[in-house]
Amino acid sequence: MKQFQYSRPATQQAVIDAINKPGTKIIAGGTNLVDLMKRGVTAPDKLIDINHLPLKNISIGKGGLQIGALALNSVVSEDKLVLQNHPLLSMALKAGASPQLRNMATVGGNILQRTRCAYFYDTTMPCNKREPGSGCGAIGGYNRMHAIFGASDKCIAVHPSDMCVALVALDATVIVQSKKGTRRIPFADFHRLPGEHPDLDNNLAAGELILGVEIPDNNFAKNSYYLKIRDRQSYAFALVSVAAALELDGNTIKNARLAMGGVAHKPWRLVEAEKALVGKTVSAETFNIAAQIAIQGAKTYGGNDFKLKLAPATITEALKHASGLV
Amino acid sequence: MKSKNPPEEPAHEDNFLESSRRDFLKHSGLLTAIAFTPSPLVKAAQSGLDEKIADLYEKVPVSLEVNGVKHQLSIEPRVTLLDLLREQLELTGTKKGCDHGQCGACTVHVDGHRVNSCLTLGVIVSGKKITTIEGLAKGDQLHPMQEAFIKHDGFQCGYCTPGQIMSAVACIREGHANSEHEIREYMSGNICRCGAYPNIVNAIQEVKEGGQAV
Ligand SMILES: Cc1cc2nc3c(=O)[nH]c(=O)nc-3n(C[C@H](O)[C@H](O)[C@H](O)COP(=O)(O)OP(=O)(O)OC[C@H]3O[C@@H](n4cnc5c(N)ncnc54)[C@H](O)[C@@H]3O)c2cc1C
Ligand code: SF4
Ligand code: FES
Ligand code: FES
Repeated sequence: MKQFQYSRPATQQAVIDAINKPGTKIIAGGTNLVDLMKRGVTAPDKLIDINHLPLKNISIGKGGLQIGALALNSVVSEDKLVLQNHPLLSMALKAGASPQLRNMATVGGNILQRTRCAYFYDTTMPCNKREPGSGCGAIGGYNRMHAIFGASDKCIAVHPSDMCVALVALDATVIVQSKKGTRRIPFADFHRLPGEHPDLDNNLAAGELILGVEIPDNNFAKNSYYLKIRDRQSYAFALVSVAAALELDGNTIKNARLAMGGVAHKPWRLVEAEKALVGKTVSAETFNIAAQIAIQGAKTYGGNDFKLKLAPATITEALKHASGLV
Repeated sequence: MKSKNPPEEPAHEDNFLESSRRDFLKHSGLLTAIAFTPSPLVKAAQSGLDEKIADLYEKVPVSLEVNGVKHQLSIEPRVTLLDLLREQLELTGTKKGCDHGQCGACTVHVDGHRVNSCLTLGVIVSGKKITTIEGLAKGDQLHPMQEAFIKHDGFQCGYCTPGQIMSAVACIREGHANSEHEIREYMSGNICRCGAYPNIVNAIQEVKEGGQAV
């Protein structure tokens, strides 16, 4: 690992002043950043430790449930308010990483974690995300884990987070602060598609600190489910995952939220499939139709062809669990 | 490791790292620096090891309580808790498996919570209490989880075992050892290449059911 300077500015304002400089990176839990630094994928000149900032709270505010950027993944997953109001978020968090890692990983770091594409991690391989212009190793290479939606001919990587799939389904907002003040970014607009610039994962501007996320109130608590399919039962990234949240009136679907992980460069909200669910009766048939709509426009790259079958099957299964059909 | 970022001037308001001394080095040039500095630096410079000089100035003070013993250390910011424990404190019970958060061999407790020490920077846990496998036994009396691992043959080569045991103790303390299924899920962060999993689960279940304090 390359040498770097380390600093722990005393206040939030001092952190914001410090992160505005090129070559500087924030460190929270370090579970992604330290890994990437060890491999030489990223090499900051200076780390700004923010772990002492008062951004750990989970509380009810005017706009809904607020979760500080430094709240640990383990803490959020077991928090009473989260379990009561947004069990989907707890399920997604518990499906991610391992208990040890969740004890270190923060909400802000989870949102900003980078792809697990093997070529991105291997500095001897071409990768447009790591080294713009060097090519994409995964296109025509090993792409079992890769995207089926919204990819470009520059990059077909996926965003690896489970938590973010739940947050995009729950219409969360990311709250950030910079020298210019605070800004609210709807979760669906936070991450970006690779397009011509796969080096950019998201729309966070340089010098911005994530303060936390806010989840508006909803009526999904009773009928939500996170289903993650992976190569082993636990402690592995998703091949495909589905966050499903329903508001039921008897057997009728009043409102629906659906999002997928492991399929795109960002947590992938399935708006058309949601529309196909609203007003319908809970049944395997209804869910199959929505799942087929969800998969429209998918494109595969050889190694991930199986996702064309796995993705709709996972959607149907997640909806069955959410609705209580199984 | 290659840096794509342009070199940055050290921040002057930042006193945490004694950056004034480093600035001095950078700004005044090596020769002037040598004239005023003690002999290890001169020796390093004479052998052309400019980097070593930088090293001497980049260290950060860290205080840690490890297994009840307080330590005042001076470390490079890039040193992980795992390397610090093994190489500076010679507590080699904590193992390095993957060094990338993927196996759990390096599991220790920080302020009572289990973490992967290979992805934890030493500077970040300054001021905290660390417990390693060496800190579980009370003198000659093994911790109940250690006893249970021996009784149930919860290992073969033993490489993953310190991490397994630290994780197992945390698993019970967290209240995540209520069924075989739950134990397997909450122990999934510890890989055993020898496949001792069934015996590990048995050991944890026995300690949990025995109701002893862990
Ligand atoms: C072996 C392994 C398996 C894993 N499995 C899964 C999995 O199955 N599912 C899953 O979802 N995740 C998984 N993860 C990823 C894990 O969830 C992330 O590494 C973690 O959430 C990152 O959080 P952190 O606090 O450690 O971030 P850090 O590593 O500290 O930071 C990550 C990035 O975020 C930036 N950052 C952090 N906080 C802020 C802030 N407040 N404002 C601005 N920038 C900030 C940092 O500068 C850095 O660029 C796994 C990780 C490992 C190592
Ligand atoms: S898919 Fe993206 S991250 Fe993976 S090699 Fe191609 S450019 Fe790099
Ligand atoms: S050595 Fe830390 S998880 Fe493998
Ligand atoms: S006992 Fe050999 S790796 Fe677990």
